[in-house]
Amino acid sequence: MAGLLFKGAPARAWRGLILGFLSLGLASCAGGILDPLGPVGQGNAIILIDATLIMLAIVIPTILLAFWVAWRYNAANPKAEYLPYWAYSGRVEAVVWSIPVLTIMFIGGLIWIGSYKLDPFRPLPSKSPPLEVQVVSLDWKWLFIYPQQGIATVNQVVVPAGTPVRFSITSASVFNAFFVPRLGSMIYAMPGMISQVNLQADSAEEIWGISAQFSGDGFSDMQFQVRSVPAADFETWAAGIRGSGPRLDEAAYAGLLQQTHRVSPATFGAIDPELFQAVATQKIAPGPGPEPEGPGHAGREVSTGGKD
Amino acid sequence: MFGKLSLSAIPLSEPIPLITSFVVILIALGVLILITVKGWWPYLWHDWITSVDHKRIGVMYCLLGVLMLIRGFADAIMMRTQQAIAIDAPGYLPPEHYNQIFTAHGTIMILFGAMPLVLGFMNFLVPLQLGVRDVAFPTFNSVGFWLTASGALLVNVSLFVGEFARTGWLPYPPLSETTYTPGVGVDYYLWAVQISGVGTLITGINIVTTVLKMRCRGMSYLRMPVFCWTALASCLLIVAVFPVLTATLAMLTLDRYLGFHYFTNTAGGNPMMFVNLVWAWGHPEVYILVLPAFGIFSEVFSTFSGKPLFGYRSMVAATLFICIVSLMVWLHHFFTMGAGAAVNTFFGISSSIIAVGTGVKIYNWIFTMYGGRVRFETPMLWSMGFLFTFTIGGLTGVLLAVPPADFMTHNSMFLVAHFHNVIIGGVVFAVFAGLEFWFPKAFGFRLHEGWGKAAFWCAFIGFWVTFAPLYVLGLLGMTRRLQHINIPEWAPWLYVSVAGVGILILGVIAQVVQLVVSIRDREKLRDVTGDPWDGRSLEWATPSPAPFFNFAVMPNVEGEEAYWGIKLRAVETQQLAEEPKYEPIEMPVHSPVGIFTAFFTSVFGFAMIWYIWWLAGVALVAAFAEFVVFAWRDVHEYEVPAEEVARVDRARRAAREALLDRLSRQGALP
Repeated sequence: MAGLLFKGAPARAWRGLILGFLSLGLASCAGGILDPLGPVGQGNAIILIDATLIMLAIVIPTILLAFWVAWRYNAANPKAEYLPYWAYSGRVEAVVWSIPVLTIMFIGGLIWIGSYKLDPFRPLPSKSPPLEVQVVSLDWKWLFIYPQQGIATVNQVVVPAGTPVRFSITSASVFNAFFVPRLGSMIYAMPGMISQVNLQADSAEEIWGISAQFSGDGFSDMQFQVRSVPAADFETWAAGIRGSGPRLDEAAYAGLLQQTHRVSPATFGAIDPELFQAVATQKIAPGPGPEPEGPGHAGREVSTGGKD
Repeated sequence: MFGKLSLSAIPLSEPIPLITSFVVILIALGVLILITVKGWWPYLWHDWITSVDHKRIGVMYCLLGVLMLIRGFADAIMMRTQQAIAIDAPGYLPPEHYNQIFTAHGTIMILFGAMPLVLGFMNFLVPLQLGVRDVAFPTFNSVGFWLTASGALLVNVSLFVGEFARTGWLPYPPLSETTYTPGVGVDYYLWAVQISGVGTLITGINIVTTVLKMRCRGMSYLRMPVFCWTALASCLLIVAVFPVLTATLAMLTLDRYLGFHYFTNTAGGNPMMFVNLVWAWGHPEVYILVLPAFGIFSEVFSTFSGKPLFGYRSMVAATLFICIVSLMVWLHHFFTMGAGAAVNTFFGISSSIIAVGTGVKIYNWIFTMYGGRVRFETPMLWSMGFLFTFTIGGLTGVLLAVPPADFMTHNSMFLVAHFHNVIIGGVVFAVFAGLEFWFPKAFGFRLHEGWGKAAFWCAFIGFWVTFAPLYVLGLLGMTRRLQHINIPEWAPWLYVSVAGVGILILGVIAQVVQLVVSIRDREKLRDVTGDPWDGRSLEWATPSPAPFFNFAVMPNVEGEEAYWGIKLRAVETQQLAEEPKYEPIEMPVHSPVGIFTAFFTSVFGFAMIWYIWWLAGVALVAAFAEFVVFAWRDVHEYEVPAEEVARVDRARRAAREALLDRLSRQGALP
């Protein structure tokens, strides 16, 4: 049952069966977290399922017991004996404390092992060195900088399948959370700080990511394309972008800092390699927020609601 | 002269808030006119508004809570319909409006709906169950209530003057700083929550003092009903954490008003500090709500099973355990900030450990029913619904406490489903069980049974139809607070959820009909004995409605379940205890200090929100002056003559004789 704790072939079969069953159950779950595309998402999903099963083993009997007792001892049932003074039993007490304690010890073990094994900072085991991607959340779009390739993209991220990717994440305005459900763990994008998450896609597929922390009026459209492509195609893609299109320097970045809605994917053929550090350390000032308030607004802000 | 305030603060171009405001103002005007025409003002003023009677204050708290639940529910209807409509479409609520709605929904439901209801129950019940005549500081109590009402007023004023916050119910900086949210919305939030927070703190201090210092003779700690224990634990948490909230919001206020840099992006501010501080309040806050709810269920399970609560001491231990551990889990609200494995492990385990205390309680309730004679009247239905719903909510809660699982479900619809699962299944179900259960004690007649059951079934089924799909949506990767949806695969689940809201609406209607029908049939439903449910704790020793002095003679408690003991003795000896010698009773005089203070704090809050500095100064001085005037009062108590006490109590004794007769004939007691 606790697949993470007991690594045997039967456990693995169980796990596969359950994953398969759940995937079937949620047949339309294109993009769900129970349909992972890489090792991190898989690890998280397995822990989610294991913990659920451990608890269901207790919760289902408890609920059944509750309803059985309520039904058996309902006032209309003359066969049930009435024990008007029965309000203490050391044995029952021992059992009712032990059941949750034991369950939580089990879950506690899962938490302990899982937290270390799936710490977002932890590099993924792999033969190939990780691809570095720097992520900046802006109002209201995502900027992805590829320092090794010398290119950058907006609202789309392309990664080589089978290669770990190390995302370093910061924010240029308010909090967001970087989250690609089918790849796994989300992590906050915080201004003035760099957080990290290591993810990997096992096969080539087109999926999507979102911001999972409310960040203002344009939040709903902070969705970005995620394309995992065969490793060779990745090099071709990067080479195709490099040198073509505008250069991401402070001037271009200043344009990105303005609040915009529903931004279409874009690419930059060259980058300023210091840019990400300058954003994270706030050498470049954070986004200016909305236009200065006009005198007519009287405390009410009116946005264009994504129509611009 | 008027700061930022001008006519353009009224949303003339936005039909939804405009029409709503209009309707609300019309209804309020109608009520005021009705009161004036009927000449009810003197009664309302003397018996309710200036009352320092803990029962009246409790009832007013509950009334405020119910009104705000309806307001919050209206927000919920708009959110669910917007998400169902806005699939690859803009829907009918633009982001700047939609974002206010979900912020107001959270703020109102927690701070102005659930909190007043829970505080109302504590106010109403704790003195009655402890066998005393009032809380420790009766006038202070009235001030506390009216400050909460003042906060609720400010939140609702934001509907038609200006706007409410658009940041989520916990206004995380830097989004809530003036750079990113320059309007008055966050200021409305800050001042409303600050003012009502002071009110809550006052009530917390009051209840803690009452429980610690005011119990009647023989009411030792381990003879207190479990509800009093949970009220004590909850109020200890209030006293511990509401100052944290006040300080946190004060810092954000300084950032916004005076350009400080506690939580700003620049100049050394750290927004993550706000997140830590606000959850140091926010997590205990949910236990402040749910512990008294556990208390209510404990009373209901025991009464309707005709048995003492199973494992009383272990219930008390579990309550205190939850009270303490709840202070050590706040970080599970942001595992995803990347704190590292050790920190996440600690907070993950400490969070799931709370489930031990809750688990023990669940088993104890089950064993309370074991060997009982369980009567499935409305309060018991809510309690069984709770047992099922809350257990599932607990399961998903522990899942969210497992960091790797949380990395996938944080901020998702799964989370939304989870906390509604525990707050509706725990707190709201308890509130309705409690309203049904203690309504006769407050008003002298029962609520209609059939409509109550209809309301329960609609709420129970409606809850699951609404929120089960949200669990699925969370697993599909849908995050919360989306104004429109770009992924059409989610649509079916959103539609099902809206259908659930429809069932919940039926439940609300049933609840309202129940109240109306019960008032109409009040003579038929009258509770003449004062003990309509075969109760076990001291509040049932009083007539219904309880007299303003609660007990003619202070009870002398000789065991657990004080009133049950008295009842058994009466049945055994076939007579009531001897008539006591009645003495005059000193009661606190009614005082308008609460409503006046709240009036001036409302003006103060409004003036601060709109930068009307002179008015803010005047109102603050006036609010403070209330206390000074009150402190110099000459008369603070009046005497109820012994004859009056005797008259009231002899009527009670006569009713009890009749009850005793009936009980003896039925042989209902063991």
